[in-house]
Amino acid sequence: MTYGTGQISAAEPFPAAAGAALADRQLRANLHRATHTIGAKRAGVVAELPDWEQLRAAGAAIKAGVLARLPELLVELEAAATAAGASVHWARDAAEAGRIVADLARAGGAGGDAPVVKVKSMATQEIGLNDTLAAAGVTAVETDLAELIVQLAGDTPSHILVPAIHYNRHQIREIFVREMGDPPADLTAEPAALAEAARRHLRRRFLTAPVAVSGANFAVAETGTLVVVESEGNGRMCLTLPETLISVVGIEKLVPRFADLEVFLQLLPRSSTGERMNPYTSMWTGVTPGDGPRQVHIVLLDNGRTATLADPVGRQALHCIRCSACLNVCPVYRRVGGHAYGSVYPGPIGAILSPQMTGPGSVANRTLPYASTLCGACYDVCPVKINIPEVLVHLRQTGVDAARGRPSVQRTGLRGLAWLMRGRRRYAVALRAAGLGAGPLRLLARRRGRSAARRLPWPLSAWTRDRDAPLPPGQTFRDWWARDRPG
Amino acid sequence: MRIGLFVTCVNDLLFPDTGRAVVTILERLGHTVEFPADQTCCGQLHANSGYRAEALPLARGLARAFAGYQAVVAPSGSCVAMVRDGYPRLVPDDPAVAELAARTYELSELLVDVLGVTDLDAAFPHRVTYHPTCHGLRTLRLGDKPHRLLSAVRGIELVDLPGAEECCGFGGTFAVKNAAVSAAILADKCAAAAGTGAAYLAAADSSCLAHIGGGLTRRRAGVRAIHYAEILAATE
Repeated sequence: MTYGTGQISAAEPFPAAAGAALADRQLRANLHRATHTIGAKRAGVVAELPDWEQLRAAGAAIKAGVLARLPELLVELEAAATAAGASVHWARDAAEAGRIVADLARAGGAGGDAPVVKVKSMATQEIGLNDTLAAAGVTAVETDLAELIVQLAGDTPSHILVPAIHYNRHQIREIFVREMGDPPADLTAEPAALAEAARRHLRRRFLTAPVAVSGANFAVAETGTLVVVESEGNGRMCLTLPETLISVVGIEKLVPRFADLEVFLQLLPRSSTGERMNPYTSMWTGVTPGDGPRQVHIVLLDNGRTATLADPVGRQALHCIRCSACLNVCPVYRRVGGHAYGSVYPGPIGAILSPQMTGPGSVANRTLPYASTLCGACYDVCPVKINIPEVLVHLRQTGVDAARGRPSVQRTGLRGLAWLMRGRRRYAVALRAAGLGAGPLRLLARRRGRSAARRLPWPLSAWTRDRDAPLPPGQTFRDWWARDRPG
Repeated sequence: MRIGLFVTCVNDLLFPDTGRAVVTILERLGHTVEFPADQTCCGQLHANSGYRAEALPLARGLARAFAGYQAVVAPSGSCVAMVRDGYPRLVPDDPAVAELAARTYELSELLVDVLGVTDLDAAFPHRVTYHPTCHGLRTLRLGDKPHRLLSAVRGIELVDLPGAEECCGFGGTFAVKNAAVSAAILADKCAAAAGTGAAYLAAADSSCLAHIGGGLTRRRAGVRAIHYAEILAATE
């Protein structure tokens, strides 16, 4: 099995990374405000559509169909795109995709003072393309406002849709003043002023860049058409001005027919930005003489997607259209933000995507399936019905099964508990013993006017560190039923 | 009707009052409640922690314990969700398990959908806020059933809980595996509950209530966690 590489593998276990994020009060305030705002917008526009559930079902069915016949659809896409004048390249992993793009960019005239302009793209973040291009002497300029903020700050994205969600506008102004090189002298933290500063900064790059790099939201197998949806118009500039256009496309981005876009162009903007329709939808099919780029390249990226496809339960993660609705409703993401997940794919979808794409070798990624309370809010909002809690539990089970035979305190404890629970008599005795054993604690608590325990010994101390623990009240339900029940 | 009570392991050991409340409610309505002593645990803790092999015999054991009951009731949204939503995936090939899933009800489902009652002749003259726990809300889709039952209680003052539909941060082993995040989510839930001025926070899951209640008493928030069955069982 070939697993993925790049910016999708955590360096630190989730609980440790999350603990650091929780300590940042500004981050938590920024996250709370932004996720609740976007989440409420989404809920409003989704409630407008009487056929939302049917749309979700259609989206899920189309994606499941794509995964069921991915090889033939990819060949169909390659044939159609090639016939329309595009060149199709195949990349096994992040390093291979990076090499292909860097070579194509240099051949297109990028390097030195001639930058590559970039459309916001998760696939290129995934493969760490900007670093690869820099190593090849090519400057990559992010042209999406939020990506530009993150790039200028020397940071990494923390949200799929809103990569700079962890900054507020005052912090953004500081980044611009410090890093932009040519900020307006009187720059304020007003959103319009910040956007105007970015616009002026980017305009010169758009006009001088010989090469653009994009991803694609959708790739239509029957026509070879690529689709990018965006809000700012920067994408449209990148896709039409430079002479060479290189698009890095995950192999799961396919839809079979052009007509399938009807479903996804309704699902995506409502789930993602909470808009009925996104402001810019760009579609291109190979090369059009006299219009747009003269060199059109498509880099089809595997990077662990085939490995993910091999798991019958886990493969539904590949339905994902990167809307990020699951992030905004997740109680865990809302408190810790994206960086704690150690991958460009954070939140609930990241917790099932990153470990599957990178394989069981990544110790830190193995903690991601546990980074969830299984509350199910993610599944409820997913526009393509990915049952994220189901996959999380499945990945936990796969991990536990793979580790059988190695000693573990948790396994010993849970196995012992399961043994007790398999026999009615020993179970009843154990419950009674727990009730009796807690007697002194009960007495102590009662003397202090409490019914709960404030501190318990290890391993129960993990519970009482943050909350009191209930104490068993002398008699179990079953003993009451058997002995003292009236009648 | 002859109803089998699946009290759940958490209630059996820690919250027997919740089990007694269910018995009181159903007997007051004239039904026969039985407690098959072979029942232990549904296996949710094991299955959700990844211990599938350990959960399997528990699922089969529960199905055996409740064979022959027309209706099985549990005062727990998450245990019923395990039986109805989790078992078909965990034990896809056992007809006894599938049969149990089809006739196991969370308390409000049994009362409102099966028995067709909402007014239980209960009285509870206190201000109460209700937290819809995740598995009841999103897996069982209990909707407004608990609310309808509580609204019919004499003297009760029901107040909305801000951000009610967000998880309390319990999540089984999540509470200890990701203790800091769990505590951060809990802090917000406790603040929301305290802000309502309610004397009680009611819910349909004792494990979530143990977590929220433990947070409330640690903060001396002045709000008590209570299973809604105990409110429905209360009389003047």
